[in-house]
Amino acid sequence: MSRETAHTTLPLERLRADFPLIHGQMNGKPLVFLDSAASSQKPEAVIRSIDTYYRTLNANVHRGVYRLSQEATAAYEEGRKEAAAFLNAASESEIILLRGATEGINLVASSFSRAFIKPGDEILITAMEHHSNIVPWQLACEYAGAKLKVVPMNDDGVLQMDEFERLLTEKVKMVAVVHVSNTLGTINPVKEIISRAHQMNIPVLVDGCQAAPHMEIDVQSLDADFYTFSGHKIFGPTGIGVLYGKESWLDRLPPYHGGGEMIATCSFERTTYAELPHKFEAGTPNIAGGVGLAAAIRYIRSIGFDAIHNHEQALLDYASVRLLEIPDLKIFGTAPEKASLISFLVDGLHPFDIGTLLDQQGIAVRTGHHCTQPIMERFSIPGTVRASFSVYNTLEDIDRLTDGLKKAITLLS
Amino acid sequence: MAEHINDIQDSIIGEFELFDEWLDKYQYIIDLGKELPLIKEDEKIDERLISGCQSRVWLKAEHVDSKLIFSADSDAIITKGIIALLIRVLSQQPPSDIINANLYFIDRIGLNDHLSPTRANGLLQMVNQMKRYGIAYTQD
Repeated sequence: MSRETAHTTLPLERLRADFPLIHGQMNGKPLVFLDSAASSQKPEAVIRSIDTYYRTLNANVHRGVYRLSQEATAAYEEGRKEAAAFLNAASESEIILLRGATEGINLVASSFSRAFIKPGDEILITAMEHHSNIVPWQLACEYAGAKLKVVPMNDDGVLQMDEFERLLTEKVKMVAVVHVSNTLGTINPVKEIISRAHQMNIPVLVDGCQAAPHMEIDVQSLDADFYTFSGHKIFGPTGIGVLYGKESWLDRLPPYHGGGEMIATCSFERTTYAELPHKFEAGTPNIAGGVGLAAAIRYIRSIGFDAIHNHEQALLDYASVRLLEIPDLKIFGTAPEKASLISFLVDGLHPFDIGTLLDQQGIAVRTGHHCTQPIMERFSIPGTVRASFSVYNTLEDIDRLTDGLKKAITLLS
Repeated sequence: MAEHINDIQDSIIGEFELFDEWLDKYQYIIDLGKELPLIKEDEKIDERLISGCQSRVWLKAEHVDSKLIFSADSDAIITKGIIALLIRVLSQQPPSDIINANLYFIDRIGLNDHLSPTRANGLLQMVNQMKRYGIAYTQD
């Protein structure tokens, strides 16, 4: 593909103007930011919303009778309202606001295992999970005396669905699966996985961190029992994230953290818990984070997922072609359904060396195991270099990456 | 008599002052990496492994004539180059000098971020490990 055929429908220049940081420099060179899968850059609308919150609305939420607190509460609750619409949840009470997807998974793993997992039960995850969707389940298994089972993948980074079927037995009490792999880019068939699990009355948690920035998510159409993502990967601030849970499940789960906000009444003899969603929201929340999350979701809506998808796929296609110009470069993750990131290695070169030399040229990529050590083990590699793309990236960014990579390889060889 | 630690640091700083371009600087580090006194393959055992997040480093120390002699290896070449610099400064020195060394050259040649904890490449742990060897042999 040439640059001429890789076209995009986005008003790219206007859109790039929304992101102040990408116009800066790194190591004295114009920044090329290709690490949005780790955390996206923030548009002015999000930055401004947080600034405005602290300047004009700041007060604790949910308990003040005074006007300012009520306004702060309304601004914070906009985050929940927008998140509910973003995921097409049936009700706002199914939206738990917390620190991020990691906390979302920990909440479900902890509360679910205390209530529903017995010795001998199994929890089914996949070979391409982030550590965040492995370790909480290991802790849950340890607590409950259960076993962790893993659905393997093939060399392209595609889940082996026949193995999934084989492992999906009546012993399984929960399936936890990543929607889009942060390392391989694979888009997993979560709808099919959920439907198969539900035929056996097994609930499914979906880690949607890498899906939420790139595609429309409809938890009702997916029929997901739990779905979680982090705000900072969808142009929002860090420290705020969303856990969606079906009301029927959230009602039955015991609280995760105890403290203020999550109680109905509290005495030394007995405490009763608040209604959903507050039952799972102990302590003063990240109020500015909720405000920023609302702004981020509105921002995404203003662009639209069709335009985002077209642009990112054009970047992915162009990058795939350009990177393969480089001899001995191998791409890890070649699933037919893939989000806009590329993990690769150049034969004989350590990803750390490549990342360091790209950094010197102003190009920000991720190197290492991307918190997915089992994937590295699966492919017998020390790590990869990962370039991930977002709406503000350009074809020129990919040219800079390719040229920078060629320079790094010359230097290292 | 080995050169004093600070004299070696000063000459490294002098060498790096010749480079205007990042390219030349890293070319030099990479070349140093290729020349690093390698620890033997069969000596790269887990006990000598300093695990960083991304690149692995093996470090060996020998105590000869009241001095410590270091050899090392890494799977990343830039890491190896920086290790070569550290070895040039700290190897063949008395343990007490190693413990007390203030490694200001790293900052002066613009490689400070390689030693920050966030870089996670094992170098910070490597410096700490070299100093720990120094402490161990002082107590002997």
